[in-house]
Amino acid sequence: MYSQGLIGADDKPVEDDAFIAAFQARIDAEEKIEPNDPMPEAYRKTLVRQIGQHAHSEIVGMLPEGNWITRAPTLRRKLALLAKVQDEGGHGLYLYSAAETLGVSREQMTEELLSGKAKYSSIFNYPTPTWADIGAIGWLVDGAAIMNQVPLCRCSFGPYARAMVRVCREESFHQRQGYELMMALAEGSDKQREMAQDALNRWWWPSLMMFGPHDSDSTNSDQSMQWKIKRFTNDELRQKFVDATVVQAEKIGLTIPDPDLKWNPEKNDGEGGYDFGPIDWDEFWRVVKGGGPMNRDRIAARKKAWDEGAWVREAANAFAEKQAQRADAATVAAE
Amino acid sequence: MEDKTPFINVLISLGDDHLILGHRLSEWCGHAPMLEEDLSMPNMALDLLGQARNLYGYAVELEAKGRTEDDVAFLRSDREYKNILMVERPNGDFAHTILRQFYFAAYMKLFWESVLKNGDGRLQEFAAKASKELAYHIRHCGEWVVRLGDGTEESAARMKAAVDALHPYTNELFDVTPDFQHCIDGGLLPEPATLRADWDASVEQVFQQAFLSVPEVPFPQTGGRTGHHTEAFGHLLSELQYMQRAYPGLTW
Repeated sequence: MYSQGLIGADDKPVEDDAFIAAFQARIDAEEKIEPNDPMPEAYRKTLVRQIGQHAHSEIVGMLPEGNWITRAPTLRRKLALLAKVQDEGGHGLYLYSAAETLGVSREQMTEELLSGKAKYSSIFNYPTPTWADIGAIGWLVDGAAIMNQVPLCRCSFGPYARAMVRVCREESFHQRQGYELMMALAEGSDKQREMAQDALNRWWWPSLMMFGPHDSDSTNSDQSMQWKIKRFTNDELRQKFVDATVVQAEKIGLTIPDPDLKWNPEKNDGEGGYDFGPIDWDEFWRVVKGGGPMNRDRIAARKKAWDEGAWVREAANAFAEKQAQRADAATVAAE
Repeated sequence: MEDKTPFINVLISLGDDHLILGHRLSEWCGHAPMLEEDLSMPNMALDLLGQARNLYGYAVELEAKGRTEDDVAFLRSDREYKNILMVERPNGDFAHTILRQFYFAAYMKLFWESVLKNGDGRLQEFAAKASKELAYHIRHCGEWVVRLGDGTEESAARMKAAVDALHPYTNELFDVTPDFQHCIDGGLLPEPATLRADWDASVEQVFQQAFLSVPEVPFPQTGGRTGHHTEAFGHLLSELQYMQRAYPGLTW
């Protein structure tokens, strides 16, 4: 059953200065906030939004990769891809469960996804026209997701932090699997190398956009940092990702599609890092606002599955009710 | 030396059943009626594809002609696939998919259990794992057949339609080709006819709870075991084989 209206919602605490200060003190002491603990309404709302978006991203993210399950080139690759896409669904399930502890139902979240009210990661609004896209998604998209998610294992909200521990383990496996797939292409024929480079060309910039707007333009960042929902800023995480990935591309002989990419020894407090070219924020906002190549198709596919599955869910509910009635009748008869 | 060809042929035909059904189930991934089914259908598909790899792997090992599991899975023409017709049927609605899986799992579990009692040694290794996996498929799909059969008016009608559509394909589960007969005679494989009564009983048990009845089948649909497939099969192969056909001879 869904845990609608579970926590805090019924007797909301008065959010006076003392309450806010006490809450912040718990955060600063690195205590985990649990579902039944008092929390500011804005903290709860931020988490519902973030965990919900994260869950939706996992679910919508099944589609671009699912596009290749029936066409994977070998049995080994077919099994790996199917297991991977299944993992993403599993992540969606934990995350919806984590969000439910905050008093919002999975059904409600699903309806918000289908109506367009709730967002999901824009990266999944790009298409997967070739097999190399499966490698690029694992390597770059899951790679970027890990950068974002590893710090979330220490997020102040307990259920989210704990869900992230398992999610990160699996994502890290996916990332290596994706890289290994790209490596096989890069070591293959000219056609395979072309396919790999083409996928890198298409996925590189959208992957950098996954970290969100620059810190100077990010509206949700400061408060989330203070609440320790976020531990690093968008730009810090993006930089980490670039620094980690450039070397991996070089190793397999692929070229990052950025003429401005250059090693800068001064970066990262003198440890060195890569300077990279400007991100096309017009494209970013266009896709966020629904104008990406696959936005409509992704939601249409989710809506189709949901609508066509309605009779199954109704039947399961009807059957469960009948079973409960039969159990009641049996109890009465026995008495 | 004894001719292994009949056994190899049968291993490949059983592998084909698993590959093609696994392929069909995998089509649901991301499109299921609820998230739990988005997880459980790929789970069952993974079991089936894993068994297909075992069976093909064993076949090419016995054959010893340098073919790989992927050569067998991806590089044959439609007539050379010997899966039963039921597994290649398009998914249809959820009721069709679940029922098809139930029919197949109920048969294969009995098949593997019988192999475990008396059959080829290597197949016994596959059987130990497969029969456990199939017990889960039977439970999961059997429960859905009951839930849908005894759910709403619509679900009951859909469940009945699925039975009417798919039951004619079940006879082929028990078909014995000359190669299969050769393996039965050699003590490598069980005789499918001996599994029939138990299969009927497990179907009957679930159908009873689901308010379904087993239809008369005046005209069973068969042909897959001899390579005579349905119209849907070529389309399935065009997806399955796309990469290997478009980029022949490469390593992935």
